Amino acid sequence: MFTETPFVRVKLRRQAVAKWVFFAMAASMIVPLLLIIAHLVERALPSLSLEFLLAAPARGMKEGGIWPALVGTIHLVVISLAVAAPIGVLAAVYLNEYAKDNWFNRLINLAVINLAGVPSIVHALFGLGAFVYAAQFGYSIISASLTLAIMTMPVIIASTREALASVPRSFREACWNVGATRWQTIRAIVLPNSISGILTGIILQVSRTAGETAPIMFTGAVFFKAVKAGDLFPYGLGDQCMALSMHLYTLSTQVPGVKESIPYATAVVLLGAVLLVNTAAIALRVWLRNRKKW
Amino acid sequence: MVTAAPKISVQDLRLAFGAKEVLHGISFDIGRNEIFGVIGPAQSGKTSLLRCINRTIDFSPDATMTGTVLVDGEDVRKTRNVYGLRRKIGMVAPLPVGLPLTIYENVAFAPRCVGVSAKSELDGLVEKCLTQAALWDEVKDRLDSLGTKLSGGQQQRLTIARALSHQPEVLCLDEFSIAIDPVTTMRIEDVLKELRKDITIILVTNLVQQARRLADRAMFLWNGDIVELDRNEVIFSEQPASRKTYEYVHGIFG
Ligand SMILES: Nc1ncnc2c1ncn2[C@@H]1O[C@H](COP(=O)(O)OP(=O)(O)O)[C@@H](O)[C@H]1O
Ligand SMILES: [Mg+2]
Repeated sequence: MFTETPFVRVKLRRQAVAKWVFFAMAASMIVPLLLIIAHLVERALPSLSLEFLLAAPARGMKEGGIWPALVGTIHLVVISLAVAAPIGVLAAVYLNEYAKDNWFNRLINLAVINLAGVPSIVHALFGLGAFVYAAQFGYSIISASLTLAIMTMPVIIASTREALASVPRSFREACWNVGATRWQTIRAIVLPNSISGILTGIILQVSRTAGETAPIMFTGAVFFKAVKAGDLFPYGLGDQCMALSMHLYTLSTQVPGVKESIPYATAVVLLGAVLLVNTAAIALRVWLRNRKKW
Repeated sequence: MVTAAPKISVQDLRLAFGAKEVLHGISFDIGRNEIFGVIGPAQSGKTSLLRCINRTIDFSPDATMTGTVLVDGEDVRKTRNVYGLRRKIGMVAPLPVGLPLTIYENVAFAPRCVGVSAKSELDGLVEKCLTQAALWDEVKDRLDSLGTKLSGGQQQRLTIARALSHQPEVLCLDEFSIAIDPVTTMRIEDVLKELRKDITIILVTNLVQQARRLADRAMFLWNGDIVELDRNEVIFSEQPASRKTYEYVHGIFG
């Protein structure tokens, strides 16, 4: 009954081959990541220790640890996301749930899309002009954080909108039909069911914020700042700070005679933090998806 | 039966999506406590008509509506309280939509939106509406499971319970039976006969027999125009006023 004609057989074989080719392409993505990690960790090994994390750089940054840079990066990430996440999410809610399709809202849309595509060095120059000079925040954590916030906000808006749009319109209509306002609908149905996507989008910006050098280089990050080892809040908002990405750049290009393992260890810490945060984002998404309600 | 002051009065209602007009100036009245059938093929504007009555047409930005729709004598387009209007009109959409909330919260949602928060009051309302929708017995032991996980027929009855939860004076059913089985359909039809003692029902259906079974009067809408509107005995008789009605009702529509 189901005899295979030669034509069907050829098609089946082709289908099998295609599947393997696609699989190989996808799997090959893992290779560079593993190679990078192996290479970095191998070279970093002599310097990697808890001491390295908690100590300040010593002897003109040729030795010692990365604490001031680590804590500086944490400051920048937390402050910039504390600014970008609420504004970005609220803007996305407006654009997705309230905005009518008129020229002004289209203009906002266009601005968001284009902002997301602006190179980080341009954000850096904008931050320099806007926050350091015009707003007179000077070279400071606050200027650098705001610059990073401007950089991440459009991406947060885009990812939040995507999360909101994944909630079917029929749910909204059902709410409107019983006399719920838009806001009641958003609060009861839309936000609770898109929060996983919203949070994941925000968390993914942590790694981006931690990794960028250009936006903070001109606005608030310094080569070196003396900080007590292990001090959790060594910086004030108006201070300049060290940051991991910047520190890595400095060690690799500006300081002669650095012990070879130190920049590698710095890179491992940066990469490790990024992987950790991204994994947390994925875990959160999986966990929340398993609780999906329809 | 139809009394002097109609529950709903539609006068010269026109509706266009962009440049395309889908309702071409229709006028009719719906009496209190009647079951008003609306029949007609797909795309004839039945759903759009309902959306004009409860003003959810507002959510289609390219829709323009002219003419008047009076509910209890109040022009829906001029009302200051569109949310109150929507609560006055229960709406059951063609496809069952359980909200991603518990069964209990599906029904309690609308009352909560107007600030009802006393547990005893909500409990009573939930039980009453689920009973009216012929769903209570099946779900009374699992009110805190998700409404979205119910079967299609159960979700449709949940939708009806939700539409009753804000104690509407008019209940609109838009092809409520297209996604559910005949047995459930019959149960809901019994429910409707019970409900019509208290409220007005607009029954939009493409099942001619359903309108024949339930409605007091029926309106045949075709391509945005009223072909005929009369008592059921006339519409479904061998001699309706319009030849078109006869052909549609008897399934020989070309
Ligand atoms: N949101 C909308 N935007 C544009 N056109 C619409 C929209 N809703 C309905 N229409 C059009 O209006 C006409 C009537 O549709 P509808 O009211 O759904 O008819 P019915 O419920 O009788 O099938 C159709 O031609 C449909 O394409
Ligand atoms: Mg319809």
